[in-house]
Amino acid sequence: MTSARDDVLSNIRRSLGVTGHEAPRIAAVDERLARAAPGVVPARGQLDPAARLALFRAQAEAVQASLAVAASAKDVPAEIARYLRDNNLPATLRMGADPRLAAMDWGATTLAVTRGPSAGDDLNAVSHAFAGAAETGTLVLVSGTDNPTTLNFLPDNHIVVLRAADIDGDYESVWTRLRATFGKGLMPRAVNMITGPSRSGDIEQKLLLGAHGPRRLHIVIVGD
Amino acid sequence: MSALPTSENFKANAHAALGDAQLQKALGHVRVNFIERRASAAAGLPEFEALRDSARDIKNHTLAHLDLYLEAYEKNVTASGGRVHFARDAKEACALIVDICKAEGARNVTKGKSMVSEEIGLNAAIEAAGMAAVETDLGEYIIQLRGEAPSHIIAPAVHLNKEQVEADFRRVHTALPEGRNLDAPESLLAEARGILREKFLDADVGVTGANFLVAETGTSIIVTNEGNGDLTQTLPRAHIVIASIEKIVPTLEDASQILRVLARSATGQDMSVYTTLSTGPRRASDPDGPRAYHVVLLDNGRSAMLGTEFEDMLRCIRCGACMNHCPVYHAVGGHAYGWVYPGPMGAVLTPSLIGVDKGGHLPNASTFCGRCESVCPVRIPLPKMMRHWREREFERHLSPASVRYGIGVWAFFAKRPALYRLAAGIAMGALGLLGSARGRFRKLPLAGGWTDHRDMPAPQGRTFQSQWKAKGGRTR
Ligand code: SF4
Repeated sequence: MTSARDDVLSNIRRSLGVTGHEAPRIAAVDERLARAAPGVVPARGQLDPAARLALFRAQAEAVQASLAVAASAKDVPAEIARYLRDNNLPATLRMGADPRLAAMDWGATTLAVTRGPSAGDDLNAVSHAFAGAAETGTLVLVSGTDNPTTLNFLPDNHIVVLRAADIDGDYESVWTRLRATFGKGLMPRAVNMITGPSRSGDIEQKLLLGAHGPRRLHIVIVGD
Repeated sequence: MSALPTSENFKANAHAALGDAQLQKALGHVRVNFIERRASAAAGLPEFEALRDSARDIKNHTLAHLDLYLEAYEKNVTASGGRVHFARDAKEACALIVDICKAEGARNVTKGKSMVSEEIGLNAAIEAAGMAAVETDLGEYIIQLRGEAPSHIIAPAVHLNKEQVEADFRRVHTALPEGRNLDAPESLLAEARGILREKFLDADVGVTGANFLVAETGTSIIVTNEGNGDLTQTLPRAHIVIASIEKIVPTLEDASQILRVLARSATGQDMSVYTTLSTGPRRASDPDGPRAYHVVLLDNGRSAMLGTEFEDMLRCIRCGACMNHCPVYHAVGGHAYGWVYPGPMGAVLTPSLIGVDKGGHLPNASTFCGRCESVCPVRIPLPKMMRHWREREFERHLSPASVRYGIGVWAFFAKRPALYRLAAGIAMGALGLLGSARGRFRKLPLAGGWTDHRDMPAPQGRTFQSQWKAKGGRTR
C-alpha cells in the first residue's frame, strides 16, 4: 500500500501534468524561497523615524491600544507604575528574563514584580517587543525565556515596551530584522504580531474588547 | 460539529430560511456591517487593488508548484522539530488526530476556529474516541452548545441573536447562579471568557487550523481577534495544526501580501489582532509552549481540482467577503447551503468536495450579479465557476426537468439569432403589457421560486438587441 504522502503528492503531479523532476520548476521554487522578494509594499510606512513613530502611534490608538513615550529606558518603571495606578489596577507585574527589562530599576517603584511564564493568575504583565510595524500599529514579539508567550495572552492587562529605533515601516522590514537575528529560514518557536487588545464581534456583530486575551494593551515607547 | 450534508435540499432549506423572522433579523447585520467596513478598509489603502493582483499571482504560482512547495514545507517543519502527516481524506485526517491525542494520553482537547475541522467532522471523531473537544472561538463555542454547524466562515454564529445565546448559556452553564444578568453582549462575553479560561488551562492537546503554511520556514500562521487560538496552541502539551494542502505560500513576504488583503476583506480591519507564526515545538530553553507540534495536511479532493476549470477555487483564503456581498446569502443565510461552506465560495467548493450529486444544486443559488467576484481578494471568478457547475450538472442530467427544458429552449433560440430576436420581442411585448401597470411582477408563471420573495422587474419597452442596434451596435 502506498503512503498517504506519496498518494497526495502523486495526485497533485498527475493533475498538474508534471513529474516533480523538471529542472525549471525546481529552479523556480528554489529561487523564490532563497530570494524572498518583497511584493507590493504600502507607501504609507516609508517615512523618516519621527513620522514612522507618529504613524505607529496613530494606528495603535485606532485599534484601542494606549500608548506612552518614555524619554529613556530608566523612565519605564515609573511610567508603568503610573499606568497601573491611573487605571486602578493592582501594583503587580510579571515579566520574563529580558535583559533590557532586568536592567531597569523596578525597586524604585512600589510594584511587586514576579518573573517567569504565567500560569494564568496574573493580572498584569510586561513584555519587551522585538519590533513594531508602523503600517498597522502592530507589535512583534518573539518567544523564549526573555519574553514568555503566555504573558502575551493570559494576563488581563498587557504592557509592551518597544524601542523607537525598532519601529519599522512595514512587515517586510520586520522579516529582514528577524532573519538578521535568527538566520534565514530559521524562526523562534512563536512570532506574535499583536495589533490592539483582544476582541470579538461574534454576538450580534457588536465589537467587544477582552474576548480571551488581554482586555487592555498599553505600549511604552522608549526614545533614545 | 459537521452535520451530514443537506445541500441536496437547498430549495427546501432556503424556503424555510426565508420564513424565519429571527434569522432574517440576524442577517440584517451582515448586509450592513460587513459591506461598509470592507469598503472603507479597501479605500484606506491605495495599494489595495495591486495587492489583490499580487495575492492572486502568489496563489497561482504556488498551486502550479504545489508538490515542490509541500516538500520544502515538510522539510522545514521537520528541521524545526515538528512532524508532518498527510491525509488523503477526512477519515484519515480524523484518525491521525485522534491517534496523536491518544498517544498524548489526552482527555481534554481545545480547538481554535478551523473550517477544515468542520469539513472533516473532527469534533465527532474526538468525542467518539472518549475525549472532550471544546471549541474556544466565541462563535464556534456558541454553535457547539447548540449542536449546529457554522452559518458563516468567519462569523459562525452570525445567524443568532443575543437572546438565543443567553438561553443556551443558561441551559448549559448550570453551575452559575440562576438570577445572574445576561442581558448585554458584554455579560455573555464575560461569562464565556470565564468558562473557557478553565478549559484552556485544563487542555492536554490544542488543535488549530492555519491561514497560511510558509514553505520557507516550516511555519503555520493563524489569524484571530479573540486570542483563543493562541491560548489553544500555547498552553497544552501538544499542538496539532489541521490544514488543507492549498494553504501553502512560499515565503514570509508572500504571506504578508495576502495578510494585507485578508483582514480588510473579511472584517474591514487593517490587521486582525493576533497574527501568530508558529514553528515547531518548544525549544530547549523555552519556558512555555507545546512540547509536541504536528501538522496534518488534508487533501480531500483538492489535488483533483488542480488542472481543471475549478483550480482557481484553490486560491480561496476564506475571508468571507463573497458571502457578505451575496444577495442570496443575505436572503437565506448560511445553513440553507446544507454543508460547511456557504455563499458563493461554498456553491463552487461544495460540489467539488462532496460530489455534484449532493452539492450540485448549490451553483444555482446565484443571481450572477457578480458582486462576489468584484470583492474577492484573490479574484476568483466565482460566477463563471458556478456556470461551469451548472453546465456539468446539465450534462449529467441532474437538473430538475423544468430547468433542463428551459435551458434547452433557450439554447435552441440562442443558436438561431433571427428566431431569438423574434421570440424575445414577442415575449417582451407580452410581459411588458402584463407588468406595465406597476413596473414589477409580484407573480410570474414558472418563476415562483423567484417572485415569492422578490419582484421581477417588468421589461421596459424594447429588447436588449433592438436597443443595441438603435444605439449603433452591430448585430449579425
Ligand atoms: S472565494 Fe474569495 S471572497 Fe470568497 S471566501 Fe474565498 S477568498 Fe474570500
